[in-house]
Amino acid sequence: MVAKLKGNYGSGIEALSYVGQNYMVVDRSLIPEILQVLRNEEEFDYCVDISAAHYPAREKQFDVIWVLYSYARNERIRVKTQIADGATLPSAVPIWMGANWLEREVFDMFGIKFDGHPDMKRILLPDEWKGHPLRKDYGILQQDNEWVQINLGIESGQ
Amino acid sequence: MTEAKTSVSHLDLETHEKPFLDANELVINMGPQHPATHGVLRVILRLDGEKVLGLECVIGYLHRGVEKIGEHRTYTMFNPYVDRMDYVAAVSNGLGYCETVEKLLNVEAPPRAQHVRVILTELNRIASHQLWLGTHALDIGAITPLFYTFRDREEILKIYEKYCGARLTTHAFRIGGLQYETYTGFEKEVKNFLTFFRPKIDEYEELLTTNRIWVERTKSVGVISAEDCIAFGVTGPVLRASGVKWDLRKAQPYANYKNFDFDIPIGENGDTYDRYLVRMAEMRQSVRIIEQAVDALPEGPIMAKVPKVMKPPPGEVYHSIEAPKGELGYFIVSDGSTQPYRVRVRPPSFVNLQALDAMCRGQLVGDVIAIIGTLDIVLGEVDR
Repeated sequence: MVAKLKGNYGSGIEALSYVGQNYMVVDRSLIPEILQVLRNEEEFDYCVDISAAHYPAREKQFDVIWVLYSYARNERIRVKTQIADGATLPSAVPIWMGANWLEREVFDMFGIKFDGHPDMKRILLPDEWKGHPLRKDYGILQQDNEWVQINLGIESGQ
Repeated sequence: MTEAKTSVSHLDLETHEKPFLDANELVINMGPQHPATHGVLRVILRLDGEKVLGLECVIGYLHRGVEKIGEHRTYTMFNPYVDRMDYVAAVSNGLGYCETVEKLLNVEAPPRAQHVRVILTELNRIASHQLWLGTHALDIGAITPLFYTFRDREEILKIYEKYCGARLTTHAFRIGGLQYETYTGFEKEVKNFLTFFRPKIDEYEELLTTNRIWVERTKSVGVISAEDCIAFGVTGPVLRASGVKWDLRKAQPYANYKNFDFDIPIGENGDTYDRYLVRMAEMRQSVRIIEQAVDALPEGPIMAKVPKVMKPPPGEVYHSIEAPKGELGYFIVSDGSTQPYRVRVRPPSFVNLQALDAMCRGQLVGDVIAIIGTLDIVLGEVDR
């Protein structure tokens, strides 16, 4: 399967394996297409998880990871791509309905917007919160003090 | 391969007999403080009289930033935090986390440890389903099952207390195996529990399964088809009740589940009644697994050789287990230091809750309560 995909997309895909788990690092430009192909042709019909990681020292700071599973083949793969700060990704909601809240959480925690998402707003934090907590430059004890003071009426949550 | 689904199959939302700005449409808030939302869940309902036209869930009231904390604690220090996410089934959370880190470290827990892990995890599944049954029945109006299930759940909690000192947030497992050897009399007590518990499932079924009120309130309520389940990413008993015979313990076995013989119960209609039957059958299968595990408990060490200071080599791993609520996954990125670089928890309740909107459209308000109960969500897991 990977050989076929590599054949079609050439250098944009790199297939790797770590402790027996297969994952692909793909170029940002291939993103909606690869996910579409994986779902429609390779039967990866279950989007398990969408998450991200922040590497501030790198030029393309964010790693966005889709974990996909195929019921028919009983196989799980990960698709990883790297994007820069401020870049956006096409939403996977037209491909898997379950990507809806998963992408909202990535936006909430990292600030990565997904184009074409029906409801791109924060999910776990209050809508008016400023800052994206899971980024590495957000402190462990940091809070949006303005929101806390206005909405909760206390000086600070600490 | 069929076209990707962009809307719910069994409801055609575009055809509305009444115009959009009809004065009968009511927006009601089922606020975060509510006895039946199983935690702090806010549901904004759009109603036409008593019929639900749509709903929106607002979550995040219990968000504690567990994933951020994970980046500032060592691997062993983070272990107790994972219990607090799905606080009803804490042992399963610990199992998932320990197994994921063991994958990163490339160690495997010794056979005795894996056996005891299976026993405790299956006991946890029974305890979680008992709590689910009690609270779900209570929401629908049947008060007695609550007392029965909580009384019987005490026996399991007593076993946990004797084993690791805690009833609810057990922190039972360690990375590489177990810390505590099973106490003297552990096997006997577990076997006594099984003999005590088997007739209890029949007792719960006698109260509810053929009860006219229960059947009327749960049959054809909250139907979700198998394609919708797969498209939404719903897993666990909800998926199995819609007819998909899939369980991670069989599909991608972990912790020596392949040595045990058990069935996967499935339902046909995907309604609340089927989900109830599936969970009751799962409790029986768990009893079966525990029985086999207790009889075959091997001797041996309980902890693999793990370094005191854990520094897994840089890499990423995703591992998931079949928690009582669905697929609980952990995605851990290690950068070679003593603290994880990124811990991502894929909570089953979070993904299952997305399907609430699709399941509730066209139902009555009273059914919304039944459907929230049947999804078996725990807000600690949804919000982390």
